[in-house]
Amino acid sequence: MLGSRDLRRGKAGLSDPRTLFEKIWSTHEVVRRDDGTALLWIDRHLVHEGSFHGFAMLDHSGRTLRRPDLTFAVADHYVPSHPRSQPIADAEAAGLVATLRDNAARHGIAHYGLDSPNQGIVHVIGPELGLTLPGQVLVCGDSHTATHGAFGSLAFGIGASEVAHVLATQSLWQRRPKTLRITVDGTLHRHVAAKDIILAIIAAIGTAGATGHVIEYAGPAIRALGMEARMTICNMSIEAGARAGMVAPDDITFAWISGRPHAPRGADWEAALAVWRALPSDPGAVFDREVRLDAADIAPMVTWGTSPEAALPVTARVPDPDAAPDATARQRIASQLAYMGLEPNTPLDGVAIDRVFIGSCTNARLPDLRAAAAVLKGRAAAIPGLVVAGSVAVKRAAEAEGLDRIFTDAGLTWGEPGCSMCVGMNGDLVAPGARCASTSNRNFEGRQGPGARTHLMSPAMAAVAAITGRITDVRRLA
Amino acid sequence: MTPFTTLAGAVALLDRANIDTDQIIPARFLRKPRSAGYDNFLFHDLLTRENAFPVRPHTAPILVAGDNFGCGSSREGAVYALADAGIRCVIAPSFGDIFASNAAKNGLLTIVLADAPARLGVASLTVDLPAQTIALPDGTLIAFEIDPFRKHCLVEGLDDIGLTLLHGAALAAHEAHLPHWSLPAKG
Repeated sequence: MLGSRDLRRGKAGLSDPRTLFEKIWSTHEVVRRDDGTALLWIDRHLVHEGSFHGFAMLDHSGRTLRRPDLTFAVADHYVPSHPRSQPIADAEAAGLVATLRDNAARHGIAHYGLDSPNQGIVHVIGPELGLTLPGQVLVCGDSHTATHGAFGSLAFGIGASEVAHVLATQSLWQRRPKTLRITVDGTLHRHVAAKDIILAIIAAIGTAGATGHVIEYAGPAIRALGMEARMTICNMSIEAGARAGMVAPDDITFAWISGRPHAPRGADWEAALAVWRALPSDPGAVFDREVRLDAADIAPMVTWGTSPEAALPVTARVPDPDAAPDATARQRIASQLAYMGLEPNTPLDGVAIDRVFIGSCTNARLPDLRAAAAVLKGRAAAIPGLVVAGSVAVKRAAEAEGLDRIFTDAGLTWGEPGCSMCVGMNGDLVAPGARCASTSNRNFEGRQGPGARTHLMSPAMAAVAAITGRITDVRRLA
Repeated sequence: MTPFTTLAGAVALLDRANIDTDQIIPARFLRKPRSAGYDNFLFHDLLTRENAFPVRPHTAPILVAGDNFGCGSSREGAVYALADAGIRCVIAPSFGDIFASNAAKNGLLTIVLADAPARLGVASLTVDLPAQTIALPDGTLIAFEIDPFRKHCLVEGLDDIGLTLLHGAALAAHEAHLPHWSLPAKG
């Protein structure tokens, strides 16, 4: 067992080029074991209703919360999308929302409940409030915590036992992951969005393609993206198997953070900027793996199966098991098609859809809602749909621009912020056998409800599907 | 946590890739308190849909599965469901990272073994964690790798938090040197 302060660079010299990941990791090692496993300091811990197991473990052990000032609680998973004036009808869901409030009060944690202007999906409000900062380590008991890596932080999802560990110690034991740089060159075509980039990446490397790695997304196509789009990409790192994804911070990042409620101010801001500007991976820094894509090759993407890697350009056809290279692949395709109720070789463009969901920590920020509204403006939806802003702040900003009217005029429902139909814990479920065009992140069997069939796509693509009642290439309609 | 040394028992074979945690335990059960037991939630919807689904609670302590077992959501409920249904060891070619970490913290051993479903299609196995071997019924021994610290904690049944608090001085030293900008500004 070795203390880390003098050894944190291991065999590498002081001047060796380092990656963004290595810079953050090294400054957060409290203890390092001989095998490279480190006790990492945690700068921010975000908790939600689902964290009740972690609080129960802390209480059971008789321990106290080490740093309530670095812990923030928000209700999102079990929050209804119906108006806040109505009580939560489901007693268990209401109980979990109340339990979070009580745990927060008992331990002295800031809490954003249903009546708070700061409430929203944990991965939307963290950045909004300036809790997510470059160069920091942020954790949350939710696998989509990778979202926060868009700011050049190391952010990853943890389980309930780890939540309890962080509550008690403000630290976490972590095996040092490998690094994977995914470089996206070139320029995106019109109507191709961040969601299409990440679905194309997952289709290319597979849903376990980055297991054991932290991804750094780099290249001109990533640099050209705004913060919300970068969050969409980092969000789905877990769908590629990576626990974390990150983008080096730049002036776009700093401008977005500046002035946020919990962001550094004055002299602190200047001190932070000096540190943040030194974070990007050094020229010549070595990654364990490299992957390159060209943005110009990416078309609007749609998933056809029950794993995020089952994604294809909307111009493609549903795969044919008989064309698969081996029996395992054949079986894997056939079972997904059986669940999805799709015939081999059917063109994806034209598959009939029953309902639409626009929301989730992947795609419920203001630019996402603008992209969907731009398609829907002046048009009517052919099928029911639910639009759920990622936070109260996003909802209010969207309403100030009149986006809510565009959605409701089209016939869609405008819901209150939360995780909603991405995971259905709040009762927003897709009916068994029904087909949903969804801007969320997982098309797993039963994810949106037992027997529900999910097709993942971008907000603009989901908006077009609402109008036509079919999967439709947004480039045709827009 | 119950220490894990050796385990001899029946095998359930689930030869499918990408069994995600939504399939291991559907989200609607995660609201339940652990005290009532999570065994009835294990593979709930798969068991409902498939009469011949190969894994049933309380029948085999060893589960052999395909690639990327436990991918997806970080829900520790997936581990609770397996553990409460009497499963103490899962062997697969690869695992979701968070699932594997959650498993270790609940005394559930995960063993990474290439081609596990093809090699371990047998009625029973004996897993010896200290020796890092899997014994087939015909006596064949298969060696496996495991992170030494994870093994240590499993074999000893150690509580992670207690171990960490032994490093209280290092934590306090780190904490004392946090730059002021790194703390949340008063909003």
